[in-house]
Amino acid sequence: MFVFQSVTGSVAAGFFSSLPVLLAFNAEPLAHLRTLDILVIALYFGMVLWIGFYLKGRSNTGEEFFMAGREMTAWIAGLSFVSANLGSLELMGWAGSAYQYGILATHWYWIGAIPAMLFLGLVMMPFYYVSKTHSVPGYLNLRYGEHARVLAAFSFALEMILMSGVNMFAMAVVMKVVLGWSITFSILVSAFAVTLYVALGGLRSAIFNEVLQFVLIWGGALLVPILGLVQAGGWTGLKTKILTNIGSDSYFHLWRDTGSFAANPMGVHWTGIVFGLGFAISFGYWTTDFLVVQRVLAARNLRAARMAPIIGSFFKMAVPFIVILPGLLGLVLLQNPDGSRRQLVGEDVVAVCSVASATGKIEDPAACSTAMSSKSNLSAEAQRQVLSAAPGSELHSYNQALPLMMVRYLGPGLLGLGITALIAGFMSGMAGNVSAFSTVWTYDIYKPLINKKGSDSHYVTVGRISIVAGVVVSIFAGYIVQHAHGIMDYVQALFSIFIAPLLGVILFGMFWKRATRLAGFLGLLFGIVFSASLFEWVHISPAALATVALSSDAKPMAENVFRALWAFVFTAIVVVVVSLLTKPRPVAELDGLVYGATTLPKEDPVPFYKREWMWASVVVVIFAALNILFW
Amino acid sequence: MRGSGIPIWFFIGVLLVAYGVMILGYGVFEWTTGSYAPGVQLTNLHTPVWWGGLLTALGMFYAVRFRPGRARK
Repeated sequence: MFVFQSVTGSVAAGFFSSLPVLLAFNAEPLAHLRTLDILVIALYFGMVLWIGFYLKGRSNTGEEFFMAGREMTAWIAGLSFVSANLGSLELMGWAGSAYQYGILATHWYWIGAIPAMLFLGLVMMPFYYVSKTHSVPGYLNLRYGEHARVLAAFSFALEMILMSGVNMFAMAVVMKVVLGWSITFSILVSAFAVTLYVALGGLRSAIFNEVLQFVLIWGGALLVPILGLVQAGGWTGLKTKILTNIGSDSYFHLWRDTGSFAANPMGVHWTGIVFGLGFAISFGYWTTDFLVVQRVLAARNLRAARMAPIIGSFFKMAVPFIVILPGLLGLVLLQNPDGSRRQLVGEDVVAVCSVASATGKIEDPAACSTAMSSKSNLSAEAQRQVLSAAPGSELHSYNQALPLMMVRYLGPGLLGLGITALIAGFMSGMAGNVSAFSTVWTYDIYKPLINKKGSDSHYVTVGRISIVAGVVVSIFAGYIVQHAHGIMDYVQALFSIFIAPLLGVILFGMFWKRATRLAGFLGLLFGIVFSASLFEWVHISPAALATVALSSDAKPMAENVFRALWAFVFTAIVVVVVSLLTKPRPVAELDGLVYGATTLPKEDPVPFYKREWMWASVVVVIFAALNILFW
Repeated sequence: MRGSGIPIWFFIGVLLVAYGVMILGYGVFEWTTGSYAPGVQLTNLHTPVWWGGLLTALGMFYAVRFRPGRARK
């Protein structure tokens, strides 16, 4: 689930950066669980452990443990594929983002995902699948050689460990804020459960739990927009209420206000959305990130592998219904105890206005007053109530929009289901991190660099041990990152820095026979250095954002998309120039790796309604219609 | 998943049935006694009853359709 940072950029980064702030949160928890809710949560834990123990007997060989036996149906691989990107922080972060910016946030689900998913299924999947690689770094090894593989493998393994730890910690903090649970309790319980079921069942167990999580998220979260729409008077009623309360209809437009950076609250331009988000970031994430690609590689045949991302894209297009809509509904439906409209604020304002548990008063009233005046739209009366620490006046952040909506509509049992959906999202995300880490560690680091001649069972044992070790290390990493201010920004940036250069190298590797081994390695290395330099430049000198994102009106959200675009262009230039200066590999060596040098296996004919091109066409039509409808 | 024992859909079906029965049961209790959790909106819609029923029906379909040992075409 960590993956959403790469796609969602600064929204997610803001969420993660705020965790230390939330850690100091002293207010009452948002929700109080009853026995029935606890029972619902306990049942979920019982189920995932049952699945783990059951699958242990079916995960004995390397192919079974690391690749789930390559026997997943298109549906399971597709749901797992899209579920790997449907974590709890993403749900909460984007609901908060919709509260702030309206349906602009939907770009990260539609143009920021759908074209790339279709491209993976229709165009790229044959090369990944036919090459029989275990991982994306493994493909780099086949195409560019050992150096490119090792560079990619170490970068990826580091990211997985760090993000697993950060997500574990994030889950614990969210559980503390929402339910009042102890941080250590949440971390230990989730780490124990994840370690057990992934170490026992391997990738198959992780995939099973991702599909389970997908069902739970819909079962637990779907009621919020349904009931919210009932109360708001339907979509028309919601629009009317927002126009009345907020006075702007820009909350309902995807593209209309993206003609300039200043015209929309996100500070993004359509060129950045289309080329940066829609191409560099989205294609980088959905087609080269091993965490998601691994799910498709586990498909039982090439047709299933091609259909999986297409099936996933249908569900991806539907996710805004349970993420974006609750945020919009929260904008007009959330209420204070006195019945007035509750306004959410940024994490920084919540932190400054925290109540000291010893005195029951605002710790720093002056700073709180300044923050509320400058960074929120709270009325004078609301500010006065906050400063007086009146009962029920405590501030809530944008990221709490979804939990607040859950508490509003879900009674005992249903609330437990909603909370279970959040926990499941966190845990399956962690499981995805550690299962991908285990595969890359075993096949791309341990096997080529440490022990080339181990038996298959030896590598399975190494994989199991690496899962346990990975979780332990990530717990420590999570604590260190959270308590060392400033490191979080770098951890967040790791992924976005790496993604675009990797995309450049893999696209040229798959579609240009002339690309050479040295070009692949240097393109990846220099691309990463270039991308990291751009990040560091803006980090040190915020004014540089205007240069990187092409406008002084650009906001941090724009930085990620433009940085990815420039990093891709730079990598492409390096790959092309170095390739032209070095000797290409014989075409015969590129069979199964490169377009034009590969003979794809013939597949059995199927009726038109089972063909991937037919379903991809349906996705394209729906995608276009949605963008026009919400233009 | 073929050839790999119990399908994931069976596990999902079992869990949904368990959740559905619990939520439906509580919903019926709420409806008959009129004791609703404070602060929860739209209780007049009796959401736990129909949502719990829906989960139960869906879960039963999956649990039966994908039960272990059932021959698949």
